[in-house]
Amino acid sequence: MSVRRLADESVQPASFAFTDANQAWAEKRIALYPAGRQQSAVIPLLMRAQDQDGWVSRATIEKVAEMLGMPYIRVLEVATFYTQFQLQPVGSRAHVQVCGTTPCMLRGAGELIEVCKSKIHHEPHHLNGDGTLSWEEVECAGACVNAPMVTIYHDTYEDLTAGRLEEIIDAFHAGRGDTIRPGTQIERLNAAAEGGQTTLLETPTAKRERFVPPAPPEGAAPPDAPASAAPAAKSPEPTTASRPKDVSEESAPALKGTPQEAKVSRAKAEGERKAASAAAKADGEPNKEMRPNATGAESDASKIDGGKAPGKATASAAPAGATATDVPKEEPAKVAAPAEGLSPTAETGGPVPIFQRPEGPADDLKLISGVGPVMEGKLNSVGIIKWSQVAAMTPEEIERLESSLNFRGRVARDNWLAQAEVLARGGIEEYRKVFGKDPR
Amino acid sequence: MLADKDRIFTNLYGQHDWRLEGARARGSWVGTKEFLDQGRDWITNEVKGSGLRGRGGAGFPTGLKWSFMPKVSDGRPHYLLVNADESEPGTCKDREILRHDPHHLIEGCLIASRAMDAHLAFIYVRGEFIRERQRLEEAVQEAYDAKLIGKDNIHGWDLDIIVHHGAGAYICGEETALMESLEGKKGQPRLKPPFPAGMGVYGNPTTVNNVESIAVVPEILRRGAGWFSSIGRPNNVGTKLFMVSGHVNKPATFEESLGESFKDIIEKHCGGIRGGWDNLLAVIPGGASCPVVRGEDMMDAIMDFDGMREKKSSFGTGGMIIMDKSTDIIRAIWRIAAFFKHESCGQCTPCREGTGWMMRVMERMVEGRAQKREIDMLFSVTKQIEGHTICALGDAAAWPIQGLIRNFRDVIEARIDQYTYSSTSDGAVPSIAAE
Repeated sequence: MSVRRLADESVQPASFAFTDANQAWAEKRIALYPAGRQQSAVIPLLMRAQDQDGWVSRATIEKVAEMLGMPYIRVLEVATFYTQFQLQPVGSRAHVQVCGTTPCMLRGAGELIEVCKSKIHHEPHHLNGDGTLSWEEVECAGACVNAPMVTIYHDTYEDLTAGRLEEIIDAFHAGRGDTIRPGTQIERLNAAAEGGQTTLLETPTAKRERFVPPAPPEGAAPPDAPASAAPAAKSPEPTTASRPKDVSEESAPALKGTPQEAKVSRAKAEGERKAASAAAKADGEPNKEMRPNATGAESDASKIDGGKAPGKATASAAPAGATATDVPKEEPAKVAAPAEGLSPTAETGGPVPIFQRPEGPADDLKLISGVGPVMEGKLNSVGIIKWSQVAAMTPEEIERLESSLNFRGRVARDNWLAQAEVLARGGIEEYRKVFGKDPR
Repeated sequence: MLADKDRIFTNLYGQHDWRLEGARARGSWVGTKEFLDQGRDWITNEVKGSGLRGRGGAGFPTGLKWSFMPKVSDGRPHYLLVNADESEPGTCKDREILRHDPHHLIEGCLIASRAMDAHLAFIYVRGEFIRERQRLEEAVQEAYDAKLIGKDNIHGWDLDIIVHHGAGAYICGEETALMESLEGKKGQPRLKPPFPAGMGVYGNPTTVNNVESIAVVPEILRRGAGWFSSIGRPNNVGTKLFMVSGHVNKPATFEESLGESFKDIIEKHCGGIRGGWDNLLAVIPGGASCPVVRGEDMMDAIMDFDGMREKKSSFGTGGMIIMDKSTDIIRAIWRIAAFFKHESCGQCTPCREGTGWMMRVMERMVEGRAQKREIDMLFSVTKQIEGHTICALGDAAAWPIQGLIRNFRDVIEARIDQYTYSSTSDGAVPSIAAE
């Protein structure tokens, strides 16, 4: 939260009064809310007062409190809580609000702020020399697709460059703000893509066809659509099957949705999801793949083994089998798929072995700092059982290992190679000698 | 990919007349009375059957939410509260609905109000959307004048609509804070229970829905629930407004079916990534509170609720923020941390203090003026904020940082090394412990 205080006493006016038109508007506004709930009008009234005077003074707050029968402190709370209320005088011709949040920042809001600093005042919320202009950086103003943007009074000016903002500020400074067309400042139709919209090219009509359920979903997939659209609609197992089973604390998804309703909704949504997928299974439809035409080129599987692993090769060769994408992650046994073309490796549901598992007893990999029981199990499952194997990993192998087991950067971070090398050379004694401490 | 005839928001770019006449020509307000006459259970079941999930970010099934409203009134009035307090960075879809398709929303309000026995609906528009609000107020007035809503209207279900507005507080997008704000107080969330369906605005049963969730309802009823649920993957059905901002060649808002691949969407609607696909660094897939995902992980991503969960992120509102390799990812996430610090309402200590603390640590990490063990400390602090606050803003502030540490730890460490290297060569080793 931000600390916001009323302006210095020296600039506070002695009294505030709505103009007649605004007074009439305010009375109508108050009457809009259910009886006894006139307090609801506090934000609209304060906003109207700000529109009238440019900012919210102590006198304004007291006046609004009287009109609504509220204690002063409650209105003061509201005025200081909501950041759109200006608590000190702003420029008489323009108060430039630059959005500086990430989407705008990525497209050059920093330059716009520099323009404001050089043209208006080096600090926000300060008036320029003749008191006509002021500026501030605001949090997201809700025009991210048209970033970067500024708001001046009631209008937004979008898709700006530093040069264009200078022109706009100059125009407002000269009192010609109305000559600037609000909205996007480039050749573009509101939020449509620059150079022409990609959707809504047909003329809309009021004609509607009721959807006929059993027919093939023509509405969902026009014949020329990419193959991903149509079969996706039929896939009976949409959800968690492909998530990794063992989630380490670091990678645990903290996902409950976004602020609104998140906590309640999770369990409910999960229940619905289960019901839905159970229903989908029950109707006996075979487990069709999600993306039958996927090449697997971008999938994890190809990264892991370069297409050499037995399971993957068979799977991608099979015309109607599970795709390469499905093999390393999904659990075919669980979804009871027909599983044509799946190799025994894949059917076990574990990760595809990357390394040749050597003969002989396994070393205690847990002695490597950074490897716990869970990690040891994962390493064993891909064929690593010896310290010497860890020590001999090439960068490519590390990359493949990390992406398949989903712990990117960990090998280097915990310095596995050096530790494993020492352990392989002389066991615990050598480790103590080199690192000056017991392993683990 | 979706065909034009299946798009719900036919005036998304404002290329047609937004007024009542134009809206009618595009199919709004057709057959509304028949839907209302079939009663609240039919409407609720249709919406349930369509599989519509809330479009405000959490993805809660809309029909189910409606069914939580008391079946028999105990004398208290019921309210519908439409959440148009769209403030999450990366999200700007409701703006297009409010200013270009306002009658979709108004008709949706009437139908939803019937489904929950409400005779008064509030639409809470964020304070910054001034022109959008004026447009909506005009449209509401048109609907009153044409007797589509109001007392004794032609539909036989009395409904008053009050267009209310906020004054620049992100937290008011949280449903209980929204109600506090509507009641003329600071927007500080309430504890749940009691839930809004039992005790909401002015202590009366209330349902809070996102603009898009309400605005798609009339079209779902007109075409049939089966139409909507035939689009997309099971449990992730329907069409959705997507917004793409950041480093794509042509940022845009557009309506597309759920379940399309990320790559197809970006190629078709946004002209690809700036500098080509190899230049993609990271994506925030659903508005600023969703954890960031590495570019290479997005290559095979499916854009819907479950698809994003597989990527350990969240679909949120469908507002994607794309970052190419010129981005300073630590700084980008720091700016999000600064946003949440600014927007914390100050009610719960973990969030009020924690958001500022996280922002300050992130600020040092942007420079590299930190120690590597602080990365783990920062991570553990995010875990202590998450889940320990009344509303989910604490969680929302923690996730972007968790996503950063999970995916870009190497970048943070390299930055720290670089800073230490530079300062050591100048003879001054930074001492964080002393701070």
